[in-house]
Amino acid sequence: MNEKVLMSGNHVIGEAAVRAGCRFYAGYPITPQNELTEFMASAMAGLSDGAFIQAESEIAAINMVIGASMAGCRAMTSSSSPGVSLKQEGISFLAALELPAVIVNCMRGGPGLGNIAPSQGDYFQATRGGGHGDYRTIVLAPGSGQEIADLTTKAFEYADKYRTPVMILQDGMMGQMMEPVIFPDPIDPSMLPPKPWKLDGADGRPSRVIKSLLLDPLVEEALNWRLVAGYEEMKKEIQAAETYMTSDAEMAVIAYGTAARIAKGAVKRARQTGLKVGLFRPITLWPFPKDPLLEINKHIKNFLVFEMSTGQMVEDVRLSLEGQGKVHFYGRPGGPISTPHEIEGVITELFKKVTNV
Amino acid sequence: MSKKIFSRPKYLKDAAFHYCPGCGHSIAHRLVAEVIEELDIARITIGVPPAGCAVLAYDYFDLDIAEAAHGRGAAVATGLKRVQPDKIVFTYQGDGDIAAIGTAETIHAANRGEKISTFFINNGVYGMTGGQMAPTTILGQNSTTTPGGRTMTREGGPLNLSQMLGLVDGAVYIERVAVNSPKNIRNAKKAIMKAFKVQMANLGYSMVEILSPCPTNWKMTPVEACKWIDETMTKVFPIKVIKDTVGNI
Repeated sequence: MNEKVLMSGNHVIGEAAVRAGCRFYAGYPITPQNELTEFMASAMAGLSDGAFIQAESEIAAINMVIGASMAGCRAMTSSSSPGVSLKQEGISFLAALELPAVIVNCMRGGPGLGNIAPSQGDYFQATRGGGHGDYRTIVLAPGSGQEIADLTTKAFEYADKYRTPVMILQDGMMGQMMEPVIFPDPIDPSMLPPKPWKLDGADGRPSRVIKSLLLDPLVEEALNWRLVAGYEEMKKEIQAAETYMTSDAEMAVIAYGTAARIAKGAVKRARQTGLKVGLFRPITLWPFPKDPLLEINKHIKNFLVFEMSTGQMVEDVRLSLEGQGKVHFYGRPGGPISTPHEIEGVITELFKKVTNV
Repeated sequence: MSKKIFSRPKYLKDAAFHYCPGCGHSIAHRLVAEVIEELDIARITIGVPPAGCAVLAYDYFDLDIAEAAHGRGAAVATGLKRVQPDKIVFTYQGDGDIAAIGTAETIHAANRGEKISTFFINNGVYGMTGGQMAPTTILGQNSTTTPGGRTMTREGGPLNLSQMLGLVDGAVYIERVAVNSPKNIRNAKKAIMKAFKVQMANLGYSMVEILSPCPTNWKMTPVEACKWIDETMTKVFPIKVIKDTVGNI
């Protein structure tokens, strides 16, 4: 087993990406994710087959990633909310061109320029496609340093397997907090399965085109349905969630990322006061972990969704449950970080109300 | 005995161009394909066409082709080239693509000295969308969005991108040519050849601006359009080597 190291979340993404065979990174400075860009600058400089570019804009960065991905290279870009808005054009193109890429959004308070505090206001943008057109991206929401490493590895695997952009959705708290992490062994990118669609010059084969202009509506429709078929596969294969103390719970808190860490503390405290409360933590935000949620919904009918937003994931919870349960919401948008004590108060009040204690 | 003296270049597909009669794109396509054949680089070349009239370039070039979003050609080409530095990557872009929505990508790719070659078709108009003002529309020129002609006070003057790029260290070879006469076409081919050679020698960013007739949107006959380039367009965009730090190659 590899040694345990103490690292900030943003650095963990970089280290895990390099170990996963990422050899191209382009980014643009924006807080609170600069540590990742800086890490990739050093890491790529130390690799004979690595390339790093500080791009002139977020739009250029994502388009450079498109170029590197077209060449078959595992490629990544990262940013924070306002910058990720700019990248949406490129993410839509990645989806249409069926190209793998990893995009990190270290969310901050918004809308607009907002602030640099942790927030979860970009859930809709991440899980609904974000850019123009009818597409989705896989969205992974880590809840610890170790999980940042694990999900970064998975992000590259999913991107290649499904030929899709994959987003890692975290915030400045996850990005800057240092935690112990054990990394997987590095892989040699030249040993990855070949990409028979890549553009490397038509040597000894017919020439290829990677394009998204499909003027014939029937051809465009066919692409859309092909994408949907892939999305259905993803829904079957990669839904992931953590359940914590849900087996005997009468109520469950649903939260992801930083909010889930706060919620876990609150659940522990509530348990100490005798309340039978558990936690359901989505790890894949898209596809939303509907199946594991419906599993606990067999015995849990009351849910408290806690988000660092005005309520976005709560819609997916409601859509998944289809009325089979009462869904309550508590949220703080714009950057303030709730304490476990604050959430415990919300849990206690709600628990008493729904169980008529 | 008949001797074949003219044929389709090897790396142009057997397809009829969709371009309007008298359009310069088909000539420019042909020159790029001829040069690629003569330099024997087709099997290591990746082309990046724009959004615009030439978006369908993949229907004509028998090469690996990477379609880019509007204006992003230089960024896509940068990614393609950085991870495969042994390949030849060129972008083929119109004036709106390169000098309006993609200005930043272009200037910064040039400034980084990306080892890519750009062929910039300047016809002073957004062709595919129906003849709106381009960044290179000249003063007084009519377009569908400059009724009565472009004015300095309302729209500003035409943007001279090549001259701007001439000030950028990473750009080592910038030349403006035209495809409106046999003589100019021959010179255009030489410039395209040189741009590729600059890239093959890893010397830096190279660009050839190609003044190109658009009779349809200029509302002229093809002959008038070719004449207009000589008599009017070249007064604003003179045919010349704008920057050459390479010399003979």
